[in-house]
Amino acid sequence: MIKNNNRYSDPRDTSGCGLVGFINRDGKRVDGSHIIKSLCLMKDRGNGLGAGFAAYGIYPDMADYYAIHMMMDDVNVKPNVEQAIVRFFTIHREEEIPTRSTPCIKNPPLFWRYFVEPKKEVMLTGEGDDDVVVRAVMEINNNISGAYVISSGKNMGAFKGVGEPADIADFFGIEDYRAYIWMGHTRFPTNTPGWWGGAHPFTILDWAIVHNGEITSYGTNRAFLEMFGYKCTLLTDTEVVAYALDFLLRQHKLPLRAAFYALASPFWKDIDIDSRENRELSEALKAIRIQYAPLLLNGPFAILFGWKSGLVGFNDRIKLRPLFAGEKDETLYMASEEATIREICAKPDRLWMPRAGEPVIGMIKEGAESWR
Amino acid sequence: MEIDAASVHYRDLNEEINRVIKEGERHLILKNVNGQRYIGAGLQGEDIRIDIYGVPGNDMAVFMDGPTIEVFDNAQDSVGNTMNAGRIYVHGHAGDVCGYGMRGGKLFVRGDAGYRVGIHMKAYMEKVPVLIIGGTAGHFLGEYMSGGTIILLGLERRPGQPLAGDYLGTGMHGGAIFVRGEVDSRRVGKEVGVEKPDDAEYQMLKKELAEFAKVFHLNYDEIMSTPFVKLYPKTHRPYGPLYNSRWFWQRGG
Repeated sequence: MIKNNNRYSDPRDTSGCGLVGFINRDGKRVDGSHIIKSLCLMKDRGNGLGAGFAAYGIYPDMADYYAIHMMMDDVNVKPNVEQAIVRFFTIHREEEIPTRSTPCIKNPPLFWRYFVEPKKEVMLTGEGDDDVVVRAVMEINNNISGAYVISSGKNMGAFKGVGEPADIADFFGIEDYRAYIWMGHTRFPTNTPGWWGGAHPFTILDWAIVHNGEITSYGTNRAFLEMFGYKCTLLTDTEVVAYALDFLLRQHKLPLRAAFYALASPFWKDIDIDSRENRELSEALKAIRIQYAPLLLNGPFAILFGWKSGLVGFNDRIKLRPLFAGEKDETLYMASEEATIREICAKPDRLWMPRAGEPVIGMIKEGAESWR
Repeated sequence: MEIDAASVHYRDLNEEINRVIKEGERHLILKNVNGQRYIGAGLQGEDIRIDIYGVPGNDMAVFMDGPTIEVFDNAQDSVGNTMNAGRIYVHGHAGDVCGYGMRGGKLFVRGDAGYRVGIHMKAYMEKVPVLIIGGTAGHFLGEYMSGGTIILLGLERRPGQPLAGDYLGTGMHGGAIFVRGEVDSRRVGKEVGVEKPDDAEYQMLKKELAEFAKVFHLNYDEIMSTPFVKLYPKTHRPYGPLYNSRWFWQRGG
């Protein structure tokens, strides 16, 4: 599929992706019309070479199984994919992801979803269910030509492709899904091809990332993550952020803020200043910065990061890409532009410009019934 | 004349604005604006006035040359980008990169402003831009400034919220930044000196802030009750030695 689409890639294009996401902290689900409406307002931030959505809470009746969203060049690849899937998993349900024929979407790949459970017998010593899923995703992305896992979490899914936000939403019928966390992205490819796999979000397990900017430290980050079995196959810098957060939060069990301080670590001069005010904090920041130096993200970025129990927005340390936040009752919104939030939340209780390097965190409340 | 901008694409809205102005309209009221970019872009004519209700999109008043635009809500990024003349009044806050490369006119923001505001502001003869921020500003305020005036007031600050971000005036080689209250020396760029404004500068501050207070219905006496400090460039060529050290040392900076 990359062969078909990279003719659109123009190295002279300038940057300007648009992102938006919101979370209902009570776990109340809303249909996809809101995220579509807000993302479409930022149509002009992208150029039709990539748009996508991530949604949490969309498969309540299959919530116990990992939902593997597959993107395949054509139906000929499918037997190879299934061979790999049955090696790792027991399949509980499988179906084509419903799509509509849309005039602006040309030559789409085939989308299929499998609801699966990892087989106990494939687990290596010390491995759990999540580890098997990560290993399977890497195996499929790396070794099966023309097939990519688009998402692999429970009760969530990613939907993405080459097109304007409205067209991609129409293609996947996004308005019919109901979710308590929604993320959306419109792409303006700069350094890497505009192809179906390169659209955002990027995911692993139920971690999902949408991103505006450039990760100039991609090479360093990727080399480090490869040592731990993560393989970057989607030809885009953003992919490393999803794997880096899986590594920090799931494998190394870092507290949430600590993980973001590893990725967008304060400058040494600020750590020095903090050390006079709060010695313990500055020692922790120093340790994080040294220990996870290869995961420090360089370059300009605004990133939204979602998982089953939260949504976080964060910026590079000098805020070289826009990020805006708003709040209404139990819903927290974040987006590249204030107008994007106002489009779906006319009278927010609070609106603010988050500070550089300070994550904005929205968490599902304890005990909230996130499947409702 | 009133224009309803609800769900209108920016190209259509701006075409409509240009059309009615060409036909002689001089006072436009834009209702339900939300995110439309480039409003007032390159517009010429000192007698033109545009009132905006809702949030205008990025690059509002880019290259504007004369008109007055009043925004009764918040504004987004790059307000007044490279504007040449005219006035912009924003009643709420304004986003990042406002007043970028401003070369004339006035930009008043009632609330906070984002990061990299007033970068590369410049002045030439009678063209001296004035940028006033009622609230606080993020990092890089007035970076590489080569002329004009920035006034930062820090009104209604929340506890713990710094008046200005880091790298204040970094690389500055012209113009002046006036800050109401004290600046934290660690936030100030290396190329910047700090001193008290002189009488002539206080007269200028009084004149500009009287206008600012009038526009936003603020208490002028309260604004002036706190002393200001002035940030100025120590040299007009801070990076001379970096690129041509021999020339720099021969000329003595």
